Amino acid sequence: MAQIELSTIRKSFDGTDVLKGIDFRIEDGEFISLVGPSGCGKSTLLRIIAGLEPQNSGQVRIDGRPVDGIRPSARNLAMVFQSYALYPHLSTFDNIAVPLRMRRLSAIERLPLLGPLLPGRRAKEHGIRADIAAIAEQLDIAPLLRRKPGQLSGGQRQRVAVGRAMVREPLAFLFDEPLSNLDAKLRVHMRAELAELHRRLKTTFVYVTHDQAEAMTMSSRIAVMMGGELIQVGTPAEIYNDPGDIRVAEFIGSPKINILPGRVWKDGGIDVLGSALRLACGATAGECRVGVRPERIDLGAGPFSGNVVHLENLGAEAFVHLAIEGAGLRLIARLADVRHLPAMGSHLAFGFASDAVQVFDSIGKRIPLKVEQAERVREPAHV
Amino acid sequence: MSNTHSVSLQAVLRHLLLIAGAAIMLAPFIWMISTASKPQTEVFSSELHLIPYRFALWDNLREAFAKANLLRFLLNGVIVTISIFVLQVMVALPAAYALAKLRFRGRDTLFALVLFGILIPPQATAIPVFLLLHKVGLLDSYAALVLPFTISAFGIFLMRQFFKTVPDDLVDAARMDGISEFGIVWRVMLPAAIPAVTAFGIFSVVAHWNDYFWPLIVLNSEQLRTPPLAVAHFRNNEAGTSYGPLMAAAMVIIAPLVIAFLFAQRRFIEGITLTGIK
Repeated sequence: MAQIELSTIRKSFDGTDVLKGIDFRIEDGEFISLVGPSGCGKSTLLRIIAGLEPQNSGQVRIDGRPVDGIRPSARNLAMVFQSYALYPHLSTFDNIAVPLRMRRLSAIERLPLLGPLLPGRRAKEHGIRADIAAIAEQLDIAPLLRRKPGQLSGGQRQRVAVGRAMVREPLAFLFDEPLSNLDAKLRVHMRAELAELHRRLKTTFVYVTHDQAEAMTMSSRIAVMMGGELIQVGTPAEIYNDPGDIRVAEFIGSPKINILPGRVWKDGGIDVLGSALRLACGATAGECRVGVRPERIDLGAGPFSGNVVHLENLGAEAFVHLAIEGAGLRLIARLADVRHLPAMGSHLAFGFASDAVQVFDSIGKRIPLKVEQAERVREPAHV
Repeated sequence: MSNTHSVSLQAVLRHLLLIAGAAIMLAPFIWMISTASKPQTEVFSSELHLIPYRFALWDNLREAFAKANLLRFLLNGVIVTISIFVLQVMVALPAAYALAKLRFRGRDTLFALVLFGILIPPQATAIPVFLLLHKVGLLDSYAALVLPFTISAFGIFLMRQFFKTVPDDLVDAARMDGISEFGIVWRVMLPAAIPAVTAFGIFSVVAHWNDYFWPLIVLNSEQLRTPPLAVAHFRNNEAGTSYGPLMAAAMVIIAPLVIAFLFAQRRFIEGITLTGIK
């Protein structure tokens, strides 16, 4: 249970800035995902929290106590790595025992031959064994305790790595893309398991991933990072429905949000693909970009039209790829009812509701829309 | 049909070539066994024959063991090679870990110096090292045989290359678990690098078991002699070289390595391919 505060964390490697002043507060007991494309600095940030990497400036505080310069093990955090990082020469049991032995046994007691002969060692070893048995029971790895990591499957290794993290009862768990080495099916399964583990342990989880689906499905809050900066922090729903930046809108959501070229007029009216929207804004006139999620595009009716160039039927849903004539633009619409798929090459009209629209200015910042005015101009804008 | 024929002809040629090569390689070895089995009269006879008329291997061996304390020399060889290897590992592993996994100023320069060190033949430094040992008063001792080889630039290089392949995550996990940096070297890196350590061990033991040059320079006392010097002892006899016992002694001193090779053939080959030696 810990609150982790980061203030103006900066980090550079060989002159390139990897983190450009991160200010951030992770609340006690929350599941927060650091998400972003590769190279955005999210893993570096996690390693700075863990103490594996020193920051160039800024401060990390855990429960209000600055931990800069404190060794990783003394910060009492546990980390699960992408490659699981199990000790290949040790059995599952010994792997999980390492952090406990390091903490509970003295240096002399850990000596290979002499150690086991010392008084008190047996009692401590007994306690360690009991703790590991309890963890193994919880994670369902009891039958695997005598095997070496090489004899385990990816999912089992993952569980052992989580067990090694859990056994020390850390203040917070740090996960560095722990699911990216698993196959797709197992990943979905482990997602549910990790979320459940978080609910049960009620400990702070900091989870780094480049997979927006993992971030969306597990976290209580998502922090989106791009180019060494924290762009937006919010609940999964906020990040998805109310992105503050076009990069966030494009990164979160699969398939990607459709971005259409638009224009803001002097009176605040907005055009997209040459037709006026039933919306207005207070932004200055100029180019803008209009984002619409695939599931918010209504096929069959509306002011726009395009040709069906590709169909993806996933069984439960389908994605229709439309090419818009003249604009050299493609967009994707989600179709919930797969029984009535449009024919390939057919010409389809489409539109979208006014509240489905997210408008971004030329540098990608979100433009707030005036809903009242949208109501007022509805009639004349009808095409 | 004709295709398979030509392939088999090629295979025959290939094997003939290999057999010829093997015969050339084995010839001195076979000659050694042959001479070791001959009585003195046959050794000096002018006709050439491999199979002795009178089998005298046991006599020659008995004479070899009687003339020189062969067991003592073998024991010296074991003491020296094992000490060298253990000390080499104790130096090379921490150094290799630092060069492979730690970030510090001047690391690349240091590594370049290690590479440079590999290029220097031991003979080039023999005289300075000899003078150093003389000043310290360590000549003619086990220390003189062992100390100059404790820092192996090649060992550091080999282990560093191997440690590079150990994932950083493993080192970080060990740090999170509270293992110290030296602890990581011995408890995480060493077990992960057992194949490389074995390879290096084979290389090191073979090189120092067979080393003739250095023991010849630093030793005077007979009881410290290493196996190759023991063989030379038979040549230096004033009564003339007795080839039969000499070859028998040579057989005895190469036996440990040959037996080790037969038992761990696969490891030897792995080791040699890994180190790229010979």
